[in-house]
Amino acid sequence: MLKYTFGRILSGLVTIWFIATATFLAMHAVPGDPLMNEKATTPEIRENLARKYGLDKPIAEQYVIYLGNMVQGDFGISFTQQNRKVNDIIQDHFPVSAALGILAITFAALGGILWGALTALYRNQLPDIIIMFLVILGISVPSFVFAALGQLLLVNINQWFNISFLPVAGWGTFSHMIVPSLVLGLGTMALLTRLMRSSMLEIVNEDFIRTARAKGLSPSRIFFQHQLRNAILPVVTVLGPQIAAITTGGFVVELVFAIPGLGRYFVQAVQQLDYTVIMGTTVFYGAFLVFMVILVDIIYGFIDPRVRLK
Amino acid sequence: MLDFDFHDIEPMTMPKILILTLLIVAFTNPVMAQSVDAAAQTVKIALAQEPPQLNNMTATDQVSIFVLGHVMEGLTRYDRRGNLAPGVAERWELTETSATFWLRKDAKWSNGDPVTAHDFVFAWRNVVDPKTASQYAFILYPVKNAEAINQGTKPLTDLGIQAVDDFTLKVTLERPTGYFLKLTAFVTTFPVQEKFYRATGSAYAADSKDLLYNGAFRISDWVHSASLKMEKNPNYWNSKAISLEVIDAEYITADTRARLNLFIDEKIAYTQLDGETYKDALNNQFRIKKFVTGSVYFLEYNYRPERITHNKKLRQAIQAVFDPDEFVNKVLQTPGNLPGASLFPSWIMGVNKPFRQEYPAVVTRPDLAKAKQLLREAKAELGLEDIPPLILLVSDSPTATKQAEYMQGMLKTKLDLDLKIDVQTFKQRLAKMTNGDFDIVGAGWGPDFDDIMTFGDLFASWNLNNRGRYNNPEYDRLVRKAMNSNDPEVRMAAMAGLQTIVHEDAIILPMYEQGVIYLQHPKIKGMRRTVVGSDPDFTYARIVP
Repeated sequence: MLKYTFGRILSGLVTIWFIATATFLAMHAVPGDPLMNEKATTPEIRENLARKYGLDKPIAEQYVIYLGNMVQGDFGISFTQQNRKVNDIIQDHFPVSAALGILAITFAALGGILWGALTALYRNQLPDIIIMFLVILGISVPSFVFAALGQLLLVNINQWFNISFLPVAGWGTFSHMIVPSLVLGLGTMALLTRLMRSSMLEIVNEDFIRTARAKGLSPSRIFFQHQLRNAILPVVTVLGPQIAAITTGGFVVELVFAIPGLGRYFVQAVQQLDYTVIMGTTVFYGAFLVFMVILVDIIYGFIDPRVRLK
Repeated sequence: MLDFDFHDIEPMTMPKILILTLLIVAFTNPVMAQSVDAAAQTVKIALAQEPPQLNNMTATDQVSIFVLGHVMEGLTRYDRRGNLAPGVAERWELTETSATFWLRKDAKWSNGDPVTAHDFVFAWRNVVDPKTASQYAFILYPVKNAEAINQGTKPLTDLGIQAVDDFTLKVTLERPTGYFLKLTAFVTTFPVQEKFYRATGSAYAADSKDLLYNGAFRISDWVHSASLKMEKNPNYWNSKAISLEVIDAEYITADTRARLNLFIDEKIAYTQLDGETYKDALNNQFRIKKFVTGSVYFLEYNYRPERITHNKKLRQAIQAVFDPDEFVNKVLQTPGNLPGASLFPSWIMGVNKPFRQEYPAVVTRPDLAKAKQLLREAKAELGLEDIPPLILLVSDSPTATKQAEYMQGMLKTKLDLDLKIDVQTFKQRLAKMTNGDFDIVGAGWGPDFDDIMTFGDLFASWNLNNRGRYNNPEYDRLVRKAMNSNDPEVRMAAMAGLQTIVHEDAIILPMYEQGVIYLQHPKIKGMRRTVVGSDPDFTYARIVP
């Protein structure tokens, strides 16, 4: 087990190194000068800026310096916010994205299990058809549409009832999180519903269900105690990567609901060619994803001994 | 383990629980203060982005300048009517060669220290220090030796600024600068306390506690990317003239639709609109206000010899078919924009009246026959059967693309000229502009200070922002003439000559003067919109009941 765990961690580190290197190369291959701005500056000023950020050195040397700093956990200073460290940006804003993501995944998991179970229970009947139609919508409609619609709905509700039912945007209290996390979790909820449905349908025909029926147990007891419990397992296994995807993919939701998450920095950095922030956020997100995958792998190893032997 | 059967619960309970939860959420949600509060003199707004740089010596963007204009003050400032007024300086004396400022003794930093002449000396030296790499160092170029220091050829101590004593500041000028007192109202020239700056090190202005305030307000709370709260500064020398207690930017988002929704929900009291949100604002029957931002948008040509756009007849042909009125009405569609006519926007002041009233711009009426004739001549001069497709470089914003497509369609149908639109993101577009990788580029210019020269020297051969490398000795001569004079008559006459060259030589194709539309809560009075500096200016605003 120890050897297996070490192996996974080692390959994870190699993956992170690869992500860092690929991002570094891709970023420098993008045309455009990160130090250039709308107002033209003299070559002298540009040189000074280049020196400040170490861009005056040859690219190979920059890469070595950058990797060295990264190993020490230092991502440098932002190009656009020249007095802020990238580490501080991640530290300040990742918890926000994470809080939103965890709530979103909770909504998604609860909803996915509930709707999935319902569709299986009412297979090919009206509830199944309606829910599956909504699932297709949830998977195919991008989150910025839901975000805008969700916010518009809130504005209208607040206007109709003339109360502050839920805040339209902003951050700070739990009530600020409800609608954004619902919107953020919608896609995953749809995905989980589909997964849950198929796994429920598989189980319906299992022997132990037939035995339970033969024993004369009530249908609801069979449903909750036997069917649901067994069908939930595959759903749990996809949650790991989904958590990583949701906590890192909330840029649009963060923008629409004015949430100070890390996603905004990630996207704006690319637009602004803010080298240090691009590197910092990409490597951090990459490492986070790798960490979640390893975590799931290790848990797998505990649950299923066959995995360890491979 | 708890054995729990759902069918034991009576059927109606689940929905009841749900409704109960929702009600709890709805009513435990504290009744939030609305966007304006007359009793507490509070106004809530949203910022379009997190202020990237609250170090006034290096700040360049609108949001940072907006915040800095409220929390700091320079030697001079603008009063509630938009006139130049005393700031930290009580009085001053401006001559052709120098400016002397007598500072008020009751101007204080937020830590209680007096604002002294040394704070200005320290800040100004820092701005022009090439190590600071401030993009706005050129604002101080009228000060003796500033340009040379900024280019690294003279030491910092040569800067023409001197603290005669704690409250007397003497500035030596490089050349006569009639508008110098307007520059001292701009954020780049604001004071910085050396002691505090050194103590904060590289974190200066990174957080609310890392900045000293000497303005009407101070930042009391700043959560990065989430909110920024400004409260009345009790140490401000003129605090009795300030009515607002709190300017609370409770939201930070670039999404105009989200901001409109917040306005509808009465969570913010001011928001700017764009083409998309304009119709929704109309549907909500809000009173839509207009404001001309002071920026001019135009097409700029590439004058490098290998580009065919250096041919004057070709540029004149394009000028002769372009109809700015049609462009503003058909393409821009939001109200408030003015048809482009000149390099100088209509608000720029001349000797006594707006410059454009004293020296009206010549406008070419669209004339297809003349345009076709000019194009034939251009082809003959260039020795070309057909003009190859011209590359039009634009930014990747939806409006810029739409404008480019209009030009493409218009030139194709009217002159059978092909345009190839090159859409690029911000930094890539800048790189291509600087390298001359275009024939025509969609460009704009906003004023940095309130004087005609902020536009006038744009196409001088030495100006780095002249990215098409236009080079005309006569243009340069007129700019120099205006630069070296303090006499408004002489300066404006020179600028009028320059306006004529811009038109006759078709240096640029003026498209429009930018106007913006916005919503403002009717209870806010005295909020001032300005073309330069901190906009909108809430300093003298108040909330009426």
